[in-house]
Amino acid sequence: MSDLNKLKLAEARDALRKGDVTSVELTEACLSAIEGADALGAYVHKTPEIAIDMAKAADARIKAGDAPDLCGLPLGIKDLFCTKGVASQAASRILEGFKPEYESTVTTQLFDAGAVMLGKLNMDEFAMGSSNETSVYGNAVNPWKVDDRQLTPGGSSGGSASAVAADLCLAATGTDTGGSIRQPAAFTGITGIKPTYGRCSRWGIVAFASSLDQAGPMTKDVRDAAIMLEAMCGHDPKDSTSADLAVPNFEAMLTGDIKGKTIGIPKEYHMDGMPAEIEKLWADGTEMLKAAGAKIVDISLPHTKYALPTYYVIAPAEASSNLARYDGVRYGRRAQIGKGDGITEMYEKTRAEGFGHEVQRRVMVGTYVLSAGFYDAYYNRARKVRTLIKKDFEDVFAQGVDAILTPATPSAAFGLGEMQNADPVQMYLNDVFTVTVNLAGLPGISVPTGLGSTGLPLGLQLIGRPWEEGDLLNTAYALEQAAGFVAKPEKWW
Amino acid sequence: MSIDTETARRVAKLARIKVEDDALPALAQEFNDILGFIEQLNEVDVEGIEPMTSVTPMRLKRRKDGVTDGNQQDKILANAPDAREGFFAVPKVVE
Repeated sequence: MSDLNKLKLAEARDALRKGDVTSVELTEACLSAIEGADALGAYVHKTPEIAIDMAKAADARIKAGDAPDLCGLPLGIKDLFCTKGVASQAASRILEGFKPEYESTVTTQLFDAGAVMLGKLNMDEFAMGSSNETSVYGNAVNPWKVDDRQLTPGGSSGGSASAVAADLCLAATGTDTGGSIRQPAAFTGITGIKPTYGRCSRWGIVAFASSLDQAGPMTKDVRDAAIMLEAMCGHDPKDSTSADLAVPNFEAMLTGDIKGKTIGIPKEYHMDGMPAEIEKLWADGTEMLKAAGAKIVDISLPHTKYALPTYYVIAPAEASSNLARYDGVRYGRRAQIGKGDGITEMYEKTRAEGFGHEVQRRVMVGTYVLSAGFYDAYYNRARKVRTLIKKDFEDVFAQGVDAILTPATPSAAFGLGEMQNADPVQMYLNDVFTVTVNLAGLPGISVPTGLGSTGLPLGLQLIGRPWEEGDLLNTAYALEQAAGFVAKPEKWW
Repeated sequence: MSIDTETARRVAKLARIKVEDDALPALAQEFNDILGFIEQLNEVDVEGIEPMTSVTPMRLKRRKDGVTDGNQQDKILANAPDAREGFFAVPKVVE
């Protein structure tokens, strides 16, 4: 078999079972693809020796029979996941040199299932960004290219998206606080699902905004997302917000039959100034689901326009609290201090040097909205509006809506550096269609369904009922079948 | 609500991030842009609405209040920028 790195998880799994290929061969194919792809900036810590050892162990397990689905499949891991003995920096200077003594629950589950780690993947610093331009490692680059410009793979899981789209792994982990799985997936023509809040343990994942953060898979198609999500989910006593619910066999739920399902089209997602190609993509997707037998209904989610401002109170507030731990004392990087400097100067210099500009800005905005005199006006008000945003969704689900179809992003991928001089709010608008889902704790999936006018991939988002990822994946599967998106970026790197 | 240079300085201090004096006006302007965007929330009628505490309603699990972990001093200190004699070392705190 050639081009083993281009296989999907399901294909590679089946080939391993049949003995057509070994995990070592799959892993070597990915490692050599990675070696030739430094221009993409996707991998920031490569772990080839670990990968080969894990692959050998997986091959032995497969030979012995009774190996889980993911056994022997090479994955990339977002730098936000703590991986034992392997640099885990959240793409921040402040965690320079940090090698965790422990393994995150999600990666533990993946590796217990026999998955192989190829290395750590680029991202926005502390997952704060929508273009992977805030990383201490430098930009990750989109493998899609239509002119001289280098394009963003999106963010914050930009390295994961780039690696999956360029076949530098079979699939990757991502995390999503406001759209960080779904937006980069849409920008790179891959599939990404953020499960219901509480499905995946957050233990060992560097925290950004704890009430919004969720891990999820970024894959080459919906079936792979189902396979990998199942391995990532499950109750964890070490995360008090992880749900003690049985995890279904998601792959077995992919029938493609959505006859009689009700799909809601929210009128508030028709944004002013939305490009015609996005409107068309959305209308086409609606037709596809209708043709597959779903009932299409117009719905209203009246508080949609307040989702981004709500997010930009809650996420920075939680971040300012979570990031207080980076003080240059227990781990990470400490600044050089001057003669006579005390501990406060040490903290202040360490955090000024260690955090990039966007992270500093968010920590300070969070500090402000939580400070005495403003807590009620900003933070408590935002938490109340969040209740209303969630209620919008509860109301439409109560009316019998099974899933909601929206665009995944307001545009195709933009050029790296193009947003540099824009005010921060312009960048935040990238998450306008995805952030509501985090605020309401719902599962959301981004599926590539077409190419835009310039030849760049575009994605649609499906939003499901809480805990019904299986049903959501099946609707996404039907959409994927109908859209028949198979385009891949042409190799230039 | 407009943030002036003094407020920006105070917020930076609270956040324990050193910001040089000449960077404060630009920082204050950035805060104003973001807070201007957030001000939209004042349009929403939140009378009688409970602030969200948990997005997926669930009862937090309880466990026995006992020691479940420990005795790994070397691992805990392994990533410290300055560890001495089994302690985290920091600049002088008390005069």
